Amino acid sequence: MSLLEIRNLHVNVDGNEILKGIDLTVNAGEVHSIMGPNGSGKSTLAQVLARRDAYHVTEGSILFEGRDLLEMKPEEAACEGLFLAFQYPVEIPGIGNTYFLRSALNAQRKHRGQDEMDAMDFLPMFREKLALLEMDDKLMSRSLNEGFSGGEKKRNEILQMAVLEPKLAILDETDSGLDIDALRIVAHGVNSLRSPERAMLVVTHYQRLLNYIVPDFVHVLVDGRIVRSGGKELALELEEKGYGWTEKEAQQPVGAKA
Amino acid sequence: MSTEMNVVHDLANREYEWGFVTRIEEDRIPKGLDENVIRLISERKGEPAFMLEWRLKAYRHWASLEKSGAEPQWANVKFPPIDYQNIVYYSAPKQKKQLQSLDELDPEILRTYEKLGIPLAEQKMLANVAVDAVFDSVSVATTFKEKLAEAGVIFCSFSEAVKNHPELVKKYLGSVVPHTDNFYAALNAAVFSDGSFVYVPKGVRCPMELSTYFRINAQETGQFERTLIVADEGAYVSYLEGCTAPIRDENQLHAAVVELVALDNAQIRYSTVQNWYPGDKNGKGGIYNFVTKRGKCAGKNSKISWTQVETGSAITWKYPSCILQGDNSVGEFYSVALTNNYQQADTGTKMIHLGKNTKSTIVSKGISAGHGQNTYRGQVKILKGAEGARNYTQCDSLLIGEQCGAHTFPYIEVKNSSARMEHEAATSKIGEDQLFYLQQRGLKTEDAVSMIVNGFCKQVFRELPMEFAVEAQKLLSISLEGSVG
Ligand SMILES: Nc1ncnc2c1ncn2[C@@H]1O[C@H](COP(=O)(O)OP(=O)(O)OP(=O)(O)O)[C@@H](O)[C@H]1O
Ligand SMILES: [Mg+2]
Repeated sequence: MSLLEIRNLHVNVDGNEILKGIDLTVNAGEVHSIMGPNGSGKSTLAQVLARRDAYHVTEGSILFEGRDLLEMKPEEAACEGLFLAFQYPVEIPGIGNTYFLRSALNAQRKHRGQDEMDAMDFLPMFREKLALLEMDDKLMSRSLNEGFSGGEKKRNEILQMAVLEPKLAILDETDSGLDIDALRIVAHGVNSLRSPERAMLVVTHYQRLLNYIVPDFVHVLVDGRIVRSGGKELALELEEKGYGWTEKEAQQPVGAKA
Repeated sequence: MSTEMNVVHDLANREYEWGFVTRIEEDRIPKGLDENVIRLISERKGEPAFMLEWRLKAYRHWASLEKSGAEPQWANVKFPPIDYQNIVYYSAPKQKKQLQSLDELDPEILRTYEKLGIPLAEQKMLANVAVDAVFDSVSVATTFKEKLAEAGVIFCSFSEAVKNHPELVKKYLGSVVPHTDNFYAALNAAVFSDGSFVYVPKGVRCPMELSTYFRINAQETGQFERTLIVADEGAYVSYLEGCTAPIRDENQLHAAVVELVALDNAQIRYSTVQNWYPGDKNGKGGIYNFVTKRGKCAGKNSKISWTQVETGSAITWKYPSCILQGDNSVGEFYSVALTNNYQQADTGTKMIHLGKNTKSTIVSKGISAGHGQNTYRGQVKILKGAEGARNYTQCDSLLIGEQCGAHTFPYIEVKNSSARMEHEAATSKIGEDQLFYLQQRGLKTEDAVSMIVNGFCKQVFRELPMEFAVEAQKLLSISLEGSVG
């Protein structure tokens, strides 16, 4: 059984069809990268997977570990191990980062029938993850993302991922906003989470990230359709030729591999 | 329906947990109000002549106000006219004789307080909090009296204070809120039946938190209690009041008065967690909470802080205020007011700066959900002599759902040009994106909403005594149920 199976997915937002028939299969242990021009529907796909209710699925199906993902509420999908690193993480005043993260972890543990973690157990593990992402723990005593720089927010997303240890992580342009050193650190954090049980869907515009997080598959999303799929070389080819090249290809039928 | 609306919906349907009724025998006087009723109340309480005189004066004033239709109309709340002749003004649990110890208290009442989470039996009490329990019209028990007496602190029911410390009562009663202050204050002065009294002598730091727990139990009664707290020079006291009432279809009137006096270098912290029955989700029943609270920073360098978490009542009408008379005195007001379903709140504060270099801080957090209407009304007055006075006001509103409302009425009057004023105000909605973010991390909608709301109120909660901050957070989450996702 695949970890994620998307079949003929059509999605409307405010009456506009944004995704126009997506097919994608992701197996445990794989890293897939999704590339494509602005506005092509990458974030839409990510948000639908995370079960945001403003996005209406009009056709098609999504199975997550063989279960109907479209039947799940956002928190259920999260507790089942689906994680979205947001393209634009929100700020929430008055909620401490550490407190929030421990609450989230405990909500997920509770869902899985595990004991909740008290501060004594949580902190050593948390410190380890902070170290992994070379994050200043001063940030953690502040409110959730409040006043964080763009790069700090992105790094915080990956820290959360590292603590929550999801089965499927969707990273929506986690690289944008990161400086060169931060990119390397974040990629290292992501790579350390790669495992045979875990899969990742990495949305990016830049081949550069894929030098660090080497994908098993690359898919090109144009105007709500996957127009091309291939191995990691595809990203290099795109870098060289741009999306115009694939868009021409889009006119011809392409067998979505993946 | 959006997730957010669902949340609001679910929360609004949560039930009031404190709505049970205690079955006990009551000693109640007949409904209605006239001079005879005033005499009856005074007699029941075995009061000295000066108290009866004081009550009668107040009654006559109130009666003239009532006759001329002077019930306040300016607040942003709506309710049908109150029939003051249809209220029982005195109801007390029947008691055979003066209680010598808690063991003699009606076990039903003891159980009531236990159910409310306020155990009165010594071995179960919160370690460092002394409690005065007011049941309907009278105080039924005060804990830790001896320990407080050792420190010289007087903490007792108002009735006892009238008997045992008449000179203090005479000196301070009505000195901050005179019976002529407003309609409800006049009514309270005429009919108040009990309440708490605190006196902290010179230089004494009260060794524990003091608290009063008000419980309305009887039907068709009003609760009219009066609290007087005096901190003598250099004294410190922290006081907390909590309140609940059974679920009833009728509206019940609660018109209390609180007076605080802080002399030179004294400090009083007064915290309220108000959880009167708010009415059902269609707006039926609930307490009318019409309360006058005022503190006087009479001495130099004195400080009075009001912290309130108002989640209950059908209607709240309440403006805990500070008169900053002493030079360098400080007044603070931290408030969280939540209205859900059909609740209405018109609340805020007045800071009156008289002394030099007086400072006031106002932090108000209003949360509206369901059809709730939440009004902040605040006045900052800087008088001529208040050289170097400063005020900081921050007034934020959070809306949950589409049908609620938030309103802000700041009044500012400055008669001294050296004054410095800062005012910040913001209204926000619980963002769908914030909710989704928390849900995506695994939090249930309801928990996500209460996390956002608690975050919004953090500045106020951190002013509460530790023991109660957690309670307040829980209460907020519960009160939001059915109102927010
Ligand atoms: N609420 C909305 N109403 C109408 N159109 C919307 C709405 N939300 C998204 N869209 C449109 O859907 C399309 C896909 O948006 P999406 O955010 O998925 O693109 P993207 O591929 O992630 O782009 P980028 O690379 O810029 O992040 C865009 O044209 C966008 O304007
Ligand atoms: Mg995007």
